[in-house]
Amino acid sequence: MSGNEVNDPRIYGIKTKIRVVPDFPKKGIMFQDITTLLLDPKAFQDTIDLFVERYRDMNISVVAGIEARGFIFGSPIALAIGAKFVPLRKPKKLPGETIFEEYELEYGSDRLEMHVEAVNPGDRALVIDDLIATGGTLCAAMNLLERVGAEVVECACVIELPELKGRERLGGKPLCVLVEYR
Amino acid sequence: MFAAENGLKGDPRLEAISAAIRVVPDFPKKGIMFQDITTLLLDHKAFKHTIDIFVDRYKDMQISVVAGVEARGFMFGPSIALAIGAKFIPLRKPGKLPGKVISESYELEYGHDRLEMHIGAVEPRERVIIIDDLVATGGTLSAAINLLESQEAEVVECACVIGLPEVKGQHKLKGKPLYLLVEPSGLDEFC
Repeated sequence: MSGNEVNDPRIYGIKTKIRVVPDFPKKGIMFQDITTLLLDPKAFQDTIDLFVERYRDMNISVVAGIEARGFIFGSPIALAIGAKFVPLRKPKKLPGETIFEEYELEYGSDRLEMHVEAVNPGDRALVIDDLIATGGTLCAAMNLLERVGAEVVECACVIELPELKGRERLGGKPLCVLVEYR
Repeated sequence: MFAAENGLKGDPRLEAISAAIRVVPDFPKKGIMFQDITTLLLDHKAFKHTIDIFVDRYKDMQISVVAGVEARGFMFGPSIALAIGAKFIPLRKPGKLPGKVISESYELEYGHDRLEMHIGAVEPRERVIIIDDLVATGGTLSAAINLLESQEAEVVECACVIGLPEVKGQHKLKGKPLYLLVEPSGLDEFC
């Protein structure tokens, strides 16, 4: 277990509910499927509770969730800790004034967008996604928040793939994960 | 059927929810008054009211599954599922779900799209509610109903925060009850 991984008896139940699907979306990738976790109300609740317990006394005013699986975890966390929920979305989904950050894919690049008015200078923010791999998307998310003057307090994911060293791409920002997959 | 007609007439929470929804004219194209729920998500009290109203309605109805339509259904559905002790099932655009899926086509203004669900996520005779942020023509919800019924689940109700004029007066969609919190904001000038 690494420094920012949570150590709690509920973790075992969460880890066993994550299904690994080989060769998705392509050969060689062991896809971490969280939909099976969402089918177990107790394990899903434990997942949310672990993050809520960590963040509820940290004066977090924004929970930013990365489309689309970050919405599933981020929105209940935001509600439980009394924070705004801010969806970070693929291009052209958000109707208001947006800023964007590009990030790299294996082939080519993509963009993440945020409504500029959603976040204020001085907001204390968390970034939530289901999984961190290379860290590219999380990095883009942090940049969006920092560009409007928010402070990214921590990034939080259910799963980390440590061999892809995403943690090192976060510019020193802390990362909290529940489960590692090696 | 709107919440105000079904026991919540005059409930100040509905007013707060409606006021928190922003209208963006001409998005995604000219003539459309887009109902933006992201401003509701920024208003913690109003967001909580939204979830509480759905939870109060469904908590004693033996609902074992909440199915949320990608992506805005993912912002409301999981919290409802957690509060009522139900499974959450994401209904997704094609190619996103890694396991074996079933798929249902639905019409867009130009062309069509597909909605997918994992086979095995829902079991026969499970009682399900389907959640999305908004219902317009009902095409997407109809596809969602078909996915769940193909697995022999029982769709008890479809629930949305906003119901557009196309569904006003309709209490049912494909024979399933429809439960809506508010009408769209900002349409007054078109009446």
